[in-house]
Amino acid sequence: MSSTVSYWILNSTRSSIATLQRGRRLYSRCVSHRNKFKWRLFSRVPPTLNSSPCGGFTLCKVYRHTSTEEDDFHLQLSPEQINEVLRAGESAHRILDLESRVPNSVLQFESNQLAANSPVEDRRGVASCLQTSGLMFGIFDGHGGHACAQAVSERLFYYVAVSLMSHQTLEHMEGAVESMKPLLPILHWLKHPGDSIYKDVTSVHLDHLRVYWQELLDLHMEMGLSIEEALMYSFQRLDSDISLEIQAPLEDEVTRNLSLQVAFSGATACMAHVDGIHLHVANAGDCRAILGVQEDNGMWSCLPLTRDHNAWNQAELSRLKREHPESEDRTIIMEDRLLGVLMPCRAFGDVQLKWSKELQHSVLERGFNTEALNIYQFTPSHYYTPPYLTAEPEVTYHRLRPQDKFLVLASDGLWDMLSNEDVVRLVVGHLAEADRHKTDLAQRPANLRLMQSLLLQRKASGLHEADQNAATRLIRHAIGSNEYGEMEPERLAAMLTLPEDLARMYRDDITVTVVYFNSESIGAYYKGG
Amino acid sequence: VMFCRLLSVVGRQRTSPGWQNWSSARSSTSAAEARSVALPTQAQVVICGGGIMGTSVAYHLSKMGWKDIVLLEQGRLAAGSTRFCAGILSTARHLTIEQKMADYSNKLYLQLEQETGIQTGYTRTGSVFLAQTQDRLISLKRINSRLNVIGIPSEIISPKKVAELHHLLNVHDLVGAMHVPEDAVVSSADVALALASAASQNGVQIYDRTSVLHVMVKKGQVTGVETDKGQIECQYFVNCAGQWAYELGLSNEEPVSIPLHACEHFYLLTRPLETPLQSSTPTIVDADGRIYIRNWQGGILSGGFEKNPKPIFTEGKNQLEIQNLQEDWDHFEPLLSSLLRRMPELESLEIMKLVNCPETFTPDMRCIMGESPAVQGYFVLAGMNSAGLSFGGGAGKYLAEWMVHGYPSENVWELDLKRFGALQSSRTFLRHRVMEVMPLMYDLKVPRWDFQTGRQLRTSPLYDRLDAQGARWMEKHGFERPKYFVPPDKDLLALEQSKTFYKPDWFDIVESEVKCCKEAVCVIDMSSFTKFEITLNLIGPRAVDVLSELSYAPMTPDHFPSLFCKEMSVGYANGIRVMSMTHTGEPGFMLYIPIEYALHVYNEVMSVGQKYGIRNAGYYALRSLRIEKFFAFWGQDINNLTTPLECGRESRVKLEKGMDFIGRNALLQQKQNGVYKRFTMFILDDHDTDLDLWPWWGEPIYRNGQFVGKTTSSAYSYSLERHVCLGFVHNFSEDTGEEQVVTADFINRGEYEIDIAGYRFQAKAKLYPVASLFTHKRRKDDMELSDLHGK
Repeated sequence: MSSTVSYWILNSTRSSIATLQRGRRLYSRCVSHRNKFKWRLFSRVPPTLNSSPCGGFTLCKVYRHTSTEEDDFHLQLSPEQINEVLRAGESAHRILDLESRVPNSVLQFESNQLAANSPVEDRRGVASCLQTSGLMFGIFDGHGGHACAQAVSERLFYYVAVSLMSHQTLEHMEGAVESMKPLLPILHWLKHPGDSIYKDVTSVHLDHLRVYWQELLDLHMEMGLSIEEALMYSFQRLDSDISLEIQAPLEDEVTRNLSLQVAFSGATACMAHVDGIHLHVANAGDCRAILGVQEDNGMWSCLPLTRDHNAWNQAELSRLKREHPESEDRTIIMEDRLLGVLMPCRAFGDVQLKWSKELQHSVLERGFNTEALNIYQFTPSHYYTPPYLTAEPEVTYHRLRPQDKFLVLASDGLWDMLSNEDVVRLVVGHLAEADRHKTDLAQRPANLRLMQSLLLQRKASGLHEADQNAATRLIRHAIGSNEYGEMEPERLAAMLTLPEDLARMYRDDITVTVVYFNSESIGAYYKGG
Repeated sequence: VMFCRLLSVVGRQRTSPGWQNWSSARSSTSAAEARSVALPTQAQVVICGGGIMGTSVAYHLSKMGWKDIVLLEQGRLAAGSTRFCAGILSTARHLTIEQKMADYSNKLYLQLEQETGIQTGYTRTGSVFLAQTQDRLISLKRINSRLNVIGIPSEIISPKKVAELHHLLNVHDLVGAMHVPEDAVVSSADVALALASAASQNGVQIYDRTSVLHVMVKKGQVTGVETDKGQIECQYFVNCAGQWAYELGLSNEEPVSIPLHACEHFYLLTRPLETPLQSSTPTIVDADGRIYIRNWQGGILSGGFEKNPKPIFTEGKNQLEIQNLQEDWDHFEPLLSSLLRRMPELESLEIMKLVNCPETFTPDMRCIMGESPAVQGYFVLAGMNSAGLSFGGGAGKYLAEWMVHGYPSENVWELDLKRFGALQSSRTFLRHRVMEVMPLMYDLKVPRWDFQTGRQLRTSPLYDRLDAQGARWMEKHGFERPKYFVPPDKDLLALEQSKTFYKPDWFDIVESEVKCCKEAVCVIDMSSFTKFEITLNLIGPRAVDVLSELSYAPMTPDHFPSLFCKEMSVGYANGIRVMSMTHTGEPGFMLYIPIEYALHVYNEVMSVGQKYGIRNAGYYALRSLRIEKFFAFWGQDINNLTTPLECGRESRVKLEKGMDFIGRNALLQQKQNGVYKRFTMFILDDHDTDLDLWPWWGEPIYRNGQFVGKTTSSAYSYSLERHVCLGFVHNFSEDTGEEQVVTADFINRGEYEIDIAGYRFQAKAKLYPVASLFTHKRRKDDMELSDLHGK
């Protein structure tokens, strides 16, 4: 069955887009994704539909040798293979905070990522601040390439960490750099599978980070910035550094081309900083963070901590209209996009929407091979009063309460498919299963027969196969459930066997991080005063 | 000091033997731990790992007279996999060398208690290997034949007899079983402690809670080890670090690649039965049910090798994972169900514990021993594929001999670390491969099995081209090699169904390829045999025509005699090296082609060859051709311990040329005294290819009813229409069993039989060269000793 569905998708898409419309009933929600490329430009360039049918099946190539039937090998995934694909990006960490006296308010986090773009344009990061306290979680959704998301995911946390440092620590850092001594460790990264770092450029980045802390030193603040300020400044500072790095002459061609790609691609970002009971969320763009809350009566509810910065956000519309002359009221948002091109109204990078036309031309005319770099020399129409785009985040503060059980951060790939309530419901279901998972085995059955029948029951109820990772479960449901919210295994298999060049038409990159709070330790904060 | 401490631990254990006092043992050592012991600054040998491997190596080295030995253990002695080992000693192994190691271990452990005074819990229970299918029974019969010829008693028994041996067993679905009466159970931790205490008495210094950080190497030679308690200078280092051996190997500045990877392994412990199970109750291995069951303190211990293993520690030692080694009952369910199917009466048995103890597996399911090719004095003994206890004694002995004498007393070629290259050291590869290897422990091992993981790593530039033409692939050292080409109109069985001990489904396909090699011309992509270029093998009488048409050069034997090499142009491509040999004894050429010309030359050969009836052929055709010509393959038939005289290639060695070379004296001596084994070809006489079991390799050879050796490879010869086996014939003295000289006369004057899974087939023996077999005209100098690594 799965093979026929995905075959059908493949064939129909290959023959023409028009036939694809017939699939609306089944794929209505996915088909709409054809128009959901963040950059309109890309949606105008039809994906190469005539590429070789097998070309995109890298995912399935892995299974080549498990089947001797050449005809169907690439279109049938067994449930195990589906699990393997879905779980490839999994990571989970239990926060072992043995050194500090107070138990951490974060119990553990689970994260996963499923690519639709090739290569994936989402990034994620988790790190703890070593010179101050606090854990940071970030989701970065790139568009027009992954360069900007990559850069932001590598650098943003450093800016935040430095912003939070006390004057003394900053002096210590500066002293270390001056005397060529090793720096104090700033961050401890908790790595995800597939995380990569551009090693070559980190020294340049460090220079710019240093300039930033030198400026902070000049402010002569004993305690460092407040978390709100730190987040606010870090976002904007990093964005301006990204923008300045490409304007400054850079000798090294690799670094220069990379900076260009970073500046001319874009990324939305959503990050959370958790320190004890203080939760700050900073958001720029259409990633989203929500809290799962369980009231005293046991009812679950959802508390959104961010607002999507896009054309459906009235506050954003008014902000844009306020910032630009009245004459642009009709052109600033067209077809639900900023200047008719970009879906989010706040983002890192995307200097095409930030710089003046003159600056863009002067920078690009400095001998960049823009074609080879895949940079589109392109200024949208009605481009009168830049900047139109900002990386200024909206910062939300939330004081964690014992009833706040978990935080979900995800890129819009998830939110396009699932509502906030769906997500909370699924994570709660996951928790309940994990509970059940523990409890019925905790009271171990007395003998082998009883144990066996319990295990068989669990197997039959699918508990055994259930995702261990809440993020995986969310992704599974995001791409596998139909419009009524029911899981369809055929649909899931079909979505995962899509060739690379078609995948992006049916789904976006999805990145999810679920952070679980330790209600007991949060309760202890309140009791302790 | 150390020794007293050891004994105190052991003494305490003796009062209440068994698993429960792990914790008490722990507390008693930690009390003694307060004393800090200074490490010596130098030693001849440093052994890392206080499990059964490390202690066995120490024990045997010290027995052989080496005294200056330091054994380091990061935790406590016998506390790793050794402690959690299920304690089953089983000699029923697939390789003869493994059988011998296990047999030696069995004998060693039997007398260890007497030697050291330390109770090891050794009980001779015997073991019973169940067969639910005829194929499984064949597999057991093959093992049975091999066990018997090395003197380990075993027999194939009926289900009825099985029921008599173990009254709890459900035998209704069995077709038979193998009984190995001398197998035993033993407490592996106590064995390790006994070995350690004997070694300690012989002067070995043992330090626990000491971690080796890395091994110091200078000029490719071990100079010492760096530990968390200081440095020790040493000449030899032995890596017996079990599942951490890979990590430790990589920690050197000059890394030593030891490809192994751990998987979680689960077994169940129960409370005693109402009538406690006797300690002599045999161990049951139900491979079709994927489980083993032994008696344990009146109850049972049962584990298995599941289909979906859980690899662990891929990123190295990870505290989080170690802490998380928990019971996973859901994962264990299939094995539990299998257990209850096999022993329904256990239903009411009370559960004590589900033990999770990681076991280490290697890419080819064989253990790893020997000296690193990169670092002199760096020895390894690890990767036991969950047979550590069975191999421990023998493996330790062989490695000790290797270190002391330079070579072990048995040929351990198949287990040598050198068989691996850097290729097998990728973590991803190891993780994927062990997920395939662990279930394979209990899968049916049929001839010509190919691993399915870690594939498509190295491929020829023609891979896609050949794949599109129906190539089916096998893998050697990560290189894909075509086995045969399935014609477009033909369907083969699915992978699982094609497993057979009988005539395989590709028989006709390979036949037509062989026929084409004999009558027209075939092209075989042999790139997997070379390193840098692509190699095409043009085999067949019309190869001459194809090549001369492509090069406008005369290719007749007068211009291009056999075993010659010329650089010439083929099509547009210039500088192609062409050799007039085919590794098969058939006429033809090998073309060594720079990669960029590969496609061009291949296309030209195929299009010009069309009128001569050219087609693709695979490795199986090549194999059939070379075996019927009695060509030995290095690595499969012969290895570094085979002399040219033993395999009938004395004519290739110029002893009288007046040139000296390494080994010349030994060869002269051998020539004078005669050889003790001779490579012989056997042609099966009364073997029905369609109905009888096919030979594979490792089948016992009988001469006049006496066991004289084993086969090393076999193939069906399409021209002789018979099966051909190659193997070594020995001459064991009837009285003493000692090896005697094997003369040509001895070979020729015998009646031979080959034992395939207990069925003996008459065979004609031939010595090299065998000109009379083939009537067609051969080139005058048509002798080749292939140096290819083959299967």
